Amino acid sequence: MSEQTKETKVIEDIGIDAGLEQLTEEQIEKTIMSVINAEGGTRLEAYTKTCVHCGLCSEACHYYHSHDKDPQYAPVGKVRNTMWNFLTKKGKISKEELKRAVLIAHTECNLCRRCVQYCPFGVDTAYIIALVRRIVHKLGITPQYIQDTAHSHAATFNQMWLKDDEWVDTLFWQEDEARDEIPSMRIPLEKEGADFMYSVIAPEPKFRTQLIYQAAVIFNECGLDWTMPSTTGWDNSDMCMFTGDFEMMGRLKRDHYECAQRLKVKKVVMGECGHAYRSIYDQGNRWVGWRDMPVPVIHSIQFFWELLKAGKIKVAKTIDKLATFHDPCNTVRGMGLHEMGREVAKAFYPNFVEMQPNREHNYCCAAGGGVINCGPPHKMTRVLGNRVKAEQLKATGAEVLIAPCHNCHGGLEDIIHHYKLDMEIRFLGDIIYECMEKPNAV
Amino acid sequence: MQPATAWDWSPGRRVVLDDVKKCSREYEWLEEYVASPDGESLAVPANFGEEGASMVVNGEPWENIYERVWYPRYSPDGRLTALAADMGEWTMCVDDTAWENTYGFLLNTRFSATGDVIAAPVQKDGEYGWVVDDAIWETTYEFANQFAMAADGSATAAVVQNVSFGQADIFTYKKGCYSVAVNGESWGTNFINCYSPAFDAAGKSVAATVRTSLYDYTIVVDGKPWAKTWPCAWEPVFNPATGDVCAAVRMAGRWGMALNGELIWNPTFFQVWQQQFSGDGKHLYAIVSPAYGKWTVAVDGQPWAPTFGSQVTDLVVSPDGAHAAALGADAGAYAVAVDGYVWPGTFAMAWAPVFSADSEHCAAKVERRGGKFTILVDGKPYKENFDQVWDPVFSPEGDKVLIRAIDNGKYCRIVVPVRDF
Ligand code: SF4
Ligand code: SF4
Repeated sequence: MSEQTKETKVIEDIGIDAGLEQLTEEQIEKTIMSVINAEGGTRLEAYTKTCVHCGLCSEACHYYHSHDKDPQYAPVGKVRNTMWNFLTKKGKISKEELKRAVLIAHTECNLCRRCVQYCPFGVDTAYIIALVRRIVHKLGITPQYIQDTAHSHAATFNQMWLKDDEWVDTLFWQEDEARDEIPSMRIPLEKEGADFMYSVIAPEPKFRTQLIYQAAVIFNECGLDWTMPSTTGWDNSDMCMFTGDFEMMGRLKRDHYECAQRLKVKKVVMGECGHAYRSIYDQGNRWVGWRDMPVPVIHSIQFFWELLKAGKIKVAKTIDKLATFHDPCNTVRGMGLHEMGREVAKAFYPNFVEMQPNREHNYCCAAGGGVINCGPPHKMTRVLGNRVKAEQLKATGAEVLIAPCHNCHGGLEDIIHHYKLDMEIRFLGDIIYECMEKPNAV
Repeated sequence: MQPATAWDWSPGRRVVLDDVKKCSREYEWLEEYVASPDGESLAVPANFGEEGASMVVNGEPWENIYERVWYPRYSPDGRLTALAADMGEWTMCVDDTAWENTYGFLLNTRFSATGDVIAAPVQKDGEYGWVVDDAIWETTYEFANQFAMAADGSATAAVVQNVSFGQADIFTYKKGCYSVAVNGESWGTNFINCYSPAFDAAGKSVAATVRTSLYDYTIVVDGKPWAKTWPCAWEPVFNPATGDVCAAVRMAGRWGMALNGELIWNPTFFQVWQQQFSGDGKHLYAIVSPAYGKWTVAVDGQPWAPTFGSQVTDLVVSPDGAHAAALGADAGAYAVAVDGYVWPGTFAMAWAPVFSADSEHCAAKVERRGGKFTILVDGKPYKENFDQVWDPVFSPEGDKVLIRAIDNGKYCRIVVPVRDF
């Protein structure tokens, strides 16, 4: 029996509970049905009518495996307890059922899209669960911490409540620090017409400034023509996509792309984040009306791979430890960057072992899809819901886990800690910075 | 700097700086060059090593040296400004003279249309607002962003936070904590969020987009919201002739245009934004997406025939309001379109088109594939390509174009009659 099934803990989340208190039965019914009718459309109808409840998708889900094949954690089980319930009861849902639906949609599904690959009819459970989150948003019962992050996006255009001067000051600070190592080092701000704009997610200037430092060193040592903005638009992240506030998602993506357009860059290179990539290449851009990306966006995995192949990143040393590679859902199932990612990893960690399964079949970190952003009340749900990831990691015997995604880092750190795995976790940029030739360094 | 009528408009090339690279040999490192509007000066932030940093203008350093200098910009009247820091305090330097006061941070300098007013968003003692010609708003706020300035510089506005809330306090936030402050004075009414404050032509009225709940957007003019709300709305713009306010609004997944709260363009577009009125207020231009994944410009709600697959940007309306130009791109190939006609040729990049004062001619800076730059006038490229070029400047009569360019290590100003393109 899984740890979670043994526990019958009631999860309290003031964002959900206080919101629910204020709702009437009529509001619940009306909101559910209006979102289903206005936004679900034929896509939702096609999925719900096509699903034959065969359960083949169950094998895809890490929550299902981690809970000893408990069917309520199967993708089809989650749909049954959320959207299917909404549809069959025509929105007449009790508050208890609604709370369960919020918890399923926000904390027991990472929108990782692994199950889409297992369904013989291509039913996209992640789409259905995202539509449940849209209903949750419209009802005002989104979990507190991710709602707060959405508020930060809406007020500041970044997810960490950073003020405009704090962003620029952080870049100056990192530039000054890096000059001790590389005297000619620059973080070129507002360089109109540069080849590319480098964009990051807000946790980098807030908590992981070394990643900006490392990326800047890599770009400088490769002799690249790049820039960063001093205005909003620098943060490419997007929790509004995951709360179902699509209007705010569109505003964020507009700001991000308009920043690149204003700087007249030919492309955007983005840091090691998966969900921001999904927002940029798939959901945010399309909500705005761009069929593709108006300015090409290259994920760091691909960019580092291109620099390595072009001989601009030169390997100064390799590391002998046994390493494995975690494929982030949004860069791999979403964009197929799996071979590039492991080629970069293997260039520095030749002693490499694959986790099983891997590439587009890899299990999610269980932090993605905004689940980690739901904060402390839900931490154990995702940690216990990904025992299978811990088993997958342990079986590799690796000492080093390479994960080119912020959310994955957060989720995997918790898994490594909870399941007492002795692994170091690293970003690609961190590895490249350590191991590349730095001709200008003193 | 002299007025444009007094600039050197004699056709031909004049070398202003014959060894641009000299600077890079003399200083630790250089940042990006900026050229003055009249083309007579070329400035660059330079680092002097241990001593600090300053601006170098036509090869000569400023007398004053700072720990850090950035954001060099020429005002429209030709004064060179830069933001400079010493001991963690920031000030504005104008032609090598620093403002008297220092601030916690200054960023992204702005100018009035004529350049006589110089201002910047400011942080002082952890509070935010505007500083205008070295005078900070009387009231500053714990947070401010989305800074706007009246065209004549007579007023400034920003979105400000009026109510404090603690970490993850989503309930106070949802009651409305943000408003717009004009010259430091808040509207008083708070909203969930405020966006894109904009001044009318006289600098007397301000409109902004607001969220009245997590799900409802509308436009507020001088603190008074429109009666209707929409699931989403973009930036408001004043009609310069009538003072009416228009904004793109979203209904049932499509976008239209509302004027004073009533629809004037039916919501049939996949996107509408960056609208601009003609100077006489009779025509309304906007970037639109008439079909999913297709972009163009609409005039009074009617889209141009040519569309672009990737994006349309940099919409510019001529001074007489009769013409419009914009940039369009398909898969990294940029083109200039004027009045619905696409100029021949595509480019690796293009910059915002510029109209002559008489609205007869249009010019744009473009980057050719391979990294060389040139200037197009009325669709025809200049005969030379350059290593670097700045936006074209028309003579006051509109019959000549000033090209400011660096090539082969020399910075020159080149005056070319329009007929020679
Ligand atoms: S977590 Fe992934 S595999 Fe499981 S239901 Fe959600 S999208 Fe499907
Ligand atoms: S979603 Fe697909 S795989 Fe899952 S139960 Fe339905 S039909 Fe079967």
